[in-house]
Amino acid sequence: MSNAISTAPRATARIKESRQTEQRKAALAWLTLPALFFFLVFAVIPLAGVLILSFTSWDGIGAIGAAGLDNWFSVLADPGLYNALGLTFLIMIVSWLVQTPISLLLGVFTAGSQRYRAALAVLYFLPLLLSSAAVAIAFKALLDPNFGLATGLGLPFLAQDWLGVPHLALGLVIFVIAWQFVPFHTLIYQGGVRQIPKSLYEAAQIDGAGTIKQFFHITLPQLKYTIITSSTLMVVGSLTYFDLIFVLTGGGPGNSTRILALDMYLRGFRANLMGPASVIAVILVIIGLALALFLQRLGGKDKQGSQLEGL
Amino acid sequence: MWYLSGEPNQTTMQKAVDAFNSANSADKINVTYFQNDAYKTKIKTAIGANQAPTIIYGWGGGGLKTYAEANQVEDLTSWLEQNQDLKKKFFPSSFGAATINGKIYALPNQYVAPIVLFYNKELFQKAGVQPPKSWEDIMSLVKTFNGMGVAPFSLGGQSRWTSMMWLEYLLDRIGGPEVFKAIFEGKPNAWMDPAVIETGTKVQELVSADGFIKGFSSITADSQADQALLFSGKAAMMLHGSWTYGAMKKAGQNFVQNGKLGFVPFPTIAGGKGDPKNGVGNPAAYMSISSKASDKEKESAKKFFKDGILTETVIDAYINSGSVPIVNGIEDKLNTSEDREFLNFVYDMAKNAPNFQQSWDQALSPTAAEALLNNIDQLFLKSITPQQFAENMNGTLGK
Repeated sequence: MSNAISTAPRATARIKESRQTEQRKAALAWLTLPALFFFLVFAVIPLAGVLILSFTSWDGIGAIGAAGLDNWFSVLADPGLYNALGLTFLIMIVSWLVQTPISLLLGVFTAGSQRYRAALAVLYFLPLLLSSAAVAIAFKALLDPNFGLATGLGLPFLAQDWLGVPHLALGLVIFVIAWQFVPFHTLIYQGGVRQIPKSLYEAAQIDGAGTIKQFFHITLPQLKYTIITSSTLMVVGSLTYFDLIFVLTGGGPGNSTRILALDMYLRGFRANLMGPASVIAVILVIIGLALALFLQRLGGKDKQGSQLEGL
Repeated sequence: MWYLSGEPNQTTMQKAVDAFNSANSADKINVTYFQNDAYKTKIKTAIGANQAPTIIYGWGGGGLKTYAEANQVEDLTSWLEQNQDLKKKFFPSSFGAATINGKIYALPNQYVAPIVLFYNKELFQKAGVQPPKSWEDIMSLVKTFNGMGVAPFSLGGQSRWTSMMWLEYLLDRIGGPEVFKAIFEGKPNAWMDPAVIETGTKVQELVSADGFIKGFSSITADSQADQALLFSGKAAMMLHGSWTYGAMKKAGQNFVQNGKLGFVPFPTIAGGKGDPKNGVGNPAAYMSISSKASDKEKESAKKFFKDGILTETVIDAYINSGSVPIVNGIEDKLNTSEDREFLNFVYDMAKNAPNFQQSWDQALSPTAAEALLNNIDQLFLKSITPQQFAENMNGTLGK
């Protein structure tokens, strides 16, 4: 009896609800307008502008003249481009290899409940608060071979010509990037680890799995999407490392840290070659999109699917 | 108006602007200060976007040429004809870098800044040696000082234009001013001159002999660490702009005041064609008027050019900071200054040099200048040979 009474209003409520969702969807479509507008103004239009500029010759001051494919040919024939591309990918890959394990482990650690964890976590996150330019200036001063840390602390092994020898400078750039960005990715992993249900670990403990087994069989698989997100940010983000390297080395010594984004800036704004700089910008966009798509594919098609089925 | 930040010039300019503004309330000048490297990019972008300030500060040469060819700066030739008094106030040589295709697009101001070979007298005394007069002297001093555990030359190599000063002098001494003149005019294969290759060879010879301080390519000139190395006795010599005299006087803990700073012209090179009296450096700083400014703004700017900059007070301020302003008839003032020895040295160089070459990175177009600095960096690192250097640069002719 009570059932019969309650189902009728429920059914009408359901109809109402679906009508409401449709209305809501229409309203939601309107709500995307501001975002679309900004996307158009700040992403699509500049992108089109850069594409057009890549077919022109312009010094940034005078008149813009059509150049056809000249810029493309000259940039693609320039060994400087391949040096910059190689460096960009090298920094990208090494940065990923260095940063991922460190931030994963730190993330797992900071998500736990050990003693002093909170205090240590604060220390780990500190570099995140500093601007890249400030980080670069600080490292530059600390590593000065004549007046830096080495002289101050009397540690002769630190008195290397860090920014003056090509391979040292490259290594240092990767180190400073890691120093700055590991905290950010640690934060992402910390959030990911906290989402994993405790019951999984409890079950594993009952089955006799130790900490290391738990890490490899529960934590890692459960963090699959977190790893993909963090890697995407790292890899695509590494295409735009600019401020830090610009201040730290300026692309030098020689061309040993002149990555693609820096190469674009120096060509455009130092050498007044906006056309070739736009070509590089287009190349950067293409690489960035391709990488992002590839990493999304890695996530598999069941992206919307849950990892928590059966719980 | 936009101007460069950094002392002592910022205070000097601010005082000049304040004085002008209080005397001309109808033609007030607003001045904003920017750091040198940041300014160079900002002004280009602003001019390209038609957002330039009325008064455009610059270094003349190739940069000014880009602006003039894009009709972004006013032609001041006829205005200067009408104001002969103003024109005659300046060293005639200072108009060279402001003149493009026979027209004057900028008013010189500030001071002449030749590149000088500075040395630490105390270290030279200790070693019992004399400042270098020839390339052989340089190479033997390199040995002497390395033996003493002192770096022979200080150099802020990361800034790149600092290394360029070596090439400017070496090329002049080896091949004479004609070689760079041909490069400047974009003559075919001008960079392939044997003098360019010998210049590169000499540079690498010096680098290989540890002539420059260890780690020179990670030192920047902006941090003034290169100057600190000289006055703190870690390096014996330094080739640098005359403006570092004032900076060292201020920061060097009485190094300059106690007469420990020595200075000589760049040495000669056996068999070279260049006159040892030739100088290189910045003949002056320059100010242009934006052609996009309103007529009223242009008038105010011209008034400021006439009455506001290089007033007696400003001239005195420059002299007090160890610089030689580019105005005629200052001999008496220089002679009564406590820095008279250095000031007269600079003045003679500016006035009596058969050729005073403007810094290459300012004289050339921005495109060629950027390629030049990049290749100089690689030359000093020995990652390219002098031959490759010449070939790479030859590809930039006419760009």
